[in-house]
Amino acid sequence: MRAAIEGSAAIARAVAMCRPQVVSAYPITPQTHIVEALARMIAQGELRAELVSVESEFSAASVVLGAAAAGSRAYTATSAQGLLLMTEVLYNIGGLRIPVVMTCANRAIGAPVSAWNDQQDSMAMRDTGWLQLYCADNQEAVDTTIQAFRIAERTELPVMVCVDGYVLTHTLEPIDLPSQEQVDAFLPPYRFSRALDPRNPISIGNLVTPEYYSEARHAHHQAILRAREEIIAADRDWAAICGRSWDGLLAVDGPPDARLGILTIGSVMGTLFDARQAHPEFGAVKLIKLRAMRPFPVAELIGACAGLSDLIVLERALSPGGGGIVGAEVRAALFEAPSRPKIHNFAAGLGGRDMPLDLYPRLLARIAHEAPVQFAIFDLEPERLPPQER
Amino acid sequence: MSVTPPPDSPAELQRRQPVFRGLDAGHLACQGCGQALAARLVTEAIGPDVVIANATGCLEVFTTAWPRTAWRVPWIHSVFANTPAVASGIEAALKMQGRDTRVVALGGDGGTFDIGLQALSAMFERNHNVLYVCFDNEAYMNTGVQRSSSTPHAAMTTTSPPGRERMGKRHLKKDLLSIIAAHHIPYAATATVAYPSDLRKKVRRGLAIEGAAFVLVHSPCPLGWGHGGELSIEVARLAVQTGIFPLVELERGALVAAMALREVRPVTDYLKLQGRFRHLFADDPAAREELEHLQALANHNIELYRLRGARSDPRDSEGADTVRRGGLRWA
Repeated sequence: MRAAIEGSAAIARAVAMCRPQVVSAYPITPQTHIVEALARMIAQGELRAELVSVESEFSAASVVLGAAAAGSRAYTATSAQGLLLMTEVLYNIGGLRIPVVMTCANRAIGAPVSAWNDQQDSMAMRDTGWLQLYCADNQEAVDTTIQAFRIAERTELPVMVCVDGYVLTHTLEPIDLPSQEQVDAFLPPYRFSRALDPRNPISIGNLVTPEYYSEARHAHHQAILRAREEIIAADRDWAAICGRSWDGLLAVDGPPDARLGILTIGSVMGTLFDARQAHPEFGAVKLIKLRAMRPFPVAELIGACAGLSDLIVLERALSPGGGGIVGAEVRAALFEAPSRPKIHNFAAGLGGRDMPLDLYPRLLARIAHEAPVQFAIFDLEPERLPPQER
Repeated sequence: MSVTPPPDSPAELQRRQPVFRGLDAGHLACQGCGQALAARLVTEAIGPDVVIANATGCLEVFTTAWPRTAWRVPWIHSVFANTPAVASGIEAALKMQGRDTRVVALGGDGGTFDIGLQALSAMFERNHNVLYVCFDNEAYMNTGVQRSSSTPHAAMTTTSPPGRERMGKRHLKKDLLSIIAAHHIPYAATATVAYPSDLRKKVRRGLAIEGAAFVLVHSPCPLGWGHGGELSIEVARLAVQTGIFPLVELERGALVAAMALREVRPVTDYLKLQGRFRHLFADDPAAREELEHLQALANHNIELYRLRGARSDPRDSEGADTVRRGGLRWA
C-alpha cells in the first residue's frame, strides 16, 4: 500500500512487520522517531514485543545482544554519539556473531557539536564486524530493513542499516509498505543455532588465547565476505515478492560506455539522478551507488568501473590525516583492476551542509579542469577560516 | 548384607554432593579462591534451568579458556560494563518466549561497584526478573590487585600502596548496599563463602522472588588479600564476626534480617591475617589511627544493623566444615 509517510515511521512499520520480540533503545537525540513509533505500536498491542528502555546506547546494544543470544529477534536504532557509545558492544556483537539488526540514522559526530547529517558515525564503525548496508531513499530503507533481518539470521552476523539522518528519517515520502503476509512469506521465525538454552548449554564469549585468536578473526572475516551471497539473495527474493530490487551490493545507472562516473553512498544519489537529467551537457555519466560497505563489493566495483576514464568518489565522512574513507577503499579495490579510471575523491555535505543539485555540474566541471586530487572537501568555504587554517 | 560406607569416604562424600553443579571442577582458579567457591555454591543453589551472564573478570577468565569451559549451564560473557544490560535482554527474550528459565548475572566488585554500576542501576530501576550476584573480593584481582571502589579503607593494593605519605587506600569502601537499597528492589542481601548454607538460602530466596534481586558475596582472594589459600574461609568468617562485613537481608530496601554476633571479635583479628593490612601493624601513630578507624567502621556496622545479640551464632552454624562435607546436608 502506497502512502505518504515519514522515513522514521516507515522504518518503524517495517521493523514491526518483522516481528521483533525485543526492542531496546536510548530514547533521545541522536535517536529518531523510530523508537517512539515502535513504543506506540507496542502500547496499542499492534506489536507484541518487549520494549526495554535503557539508560544509554551502550546498554541498548547490550540488551539486544542478550536478547538475540537468548533466541529472540532483537532490534535497536541510534546514530552519532550514541553509536560511538555503543562501540565496545558493537565489536563484541560482531565478534560473537550475534544476528541483530540496527538502524543507524547517520549523523555527524562532535566536536564540533552537530546534530545534522553526514556519515562519519557509521564509517567509524566499519571495522566492528557488522554488515553495513546504505540506503538512498526511504523505500530502500523499508525494504533493506526487512532484508536485513533475513540476512542477519541466515549469516548469523549483525547488520547495520544506514539511512541519512533528517534527509531520510525526517522526510515524508510516498512509500509502498509491504503487507504483513508478504513479510511473513519472506522472513521465517527467528532461529539462532547458538542460542542460550539450558537444554543445550554452551558458553559464549570465552577467553581466547593467541593460539586461537587469529583463526577466530579469519573465520569472522570470511563469514562477512560470504555474506555477499545472502545480501544478493535477500534482495532477489524480496524483489520476487514485492517487485522492487535494490541491486544487491552495488547499483549502477547509466550507459555502459560512459567515460565519467560518480560513486556515492546514501541519499545524495537521488540528487545526482535529478541533476544528471537537468544537465545533459555533461554527456553520459554513470552513477554508482555503493549499497554494501561491508562486505565491500570489490568484484562488482571493478565491473562497474570498466571503461571509465574518471571516477568521482563522493562521500560524507573523512579520516582526518588520511582522507576519504570510501575513496581509499575504492582505490584499493580498483588497484588490481585491468584498467582503472582516474579517481577524484571528495567529501561533501559534512555536518548537514546542503547538497544542492548544482553539486553535479560543479563536480564535473572541476574534474574537467584539474588533475585528480587525492582528497578534498568539495564544498569548503575557505574564507570562513582564519588564513592559517585554510 | 549391605555395607554402609564410612561417612567421610569419597563415595559417601560424592553421594552427598548436590546433584547438579552449574560450575564444575577443572577450572583454573587459584587455590583457596573465594570467588570460585562462591560461584560453585551459587550455581548449586540455582540448579540447571538458568542462563548466566558473566561480567569480565577472574571468574570469566579462569572458567572459559577456549576451547574449554567449566560451565554446565548456558553462559555468556560480553564485556566488562554491560552485564546487567545483557541479562536484561536475556530476561526480556525469555519472557517473550514464555519460558520461566531463570536469569542470573555474575560480576566482581570492579564490574559491579565501578564500571557496571550504571547498567546495574538501570536494570534494577526496570525491575527485571534477574538475580545479580556480585563476588566482592575488594579489588581488581584479575589484573594484578588494583584498587576498586570496593577496596576497604587503608588496604594495600598496587594502586593504593602504603608509603611515607599514604596508609593504603585513602577512601572508604563504597556503601553499595545502600545504593542498591535505594532502588527498592524486591530482595537484596549480603552473604559470604564462610556461611555456605546462608549463601544458598539467599540465592534461592533471590530466585524465588519475582523481580530484581541482588546478593553481594564476600569472597576472599588469597593472592590479593595476602593470606594462605587455606585461610580463605577463616578470613571470610572473621569479616562477619568482627562486624566488617555484616550479613543482612533487605526487602524493598528495608532491613528485614541480620545475622547476629554473640561474641564480637576485634577487627585486628581479621586484619592481622592479611598482608594487605600488614602496614597497619607497624609501630607508627598513623597506622594505629587507621586501625582505630577500621574498628570504628566495624562498630558503626554493628550499631547500624544491630548485630549484637544472641539470636544465632555464626560460629555455631554451618561454617567451613560444611564446604568440606559438600553442602547437601545444609542445602
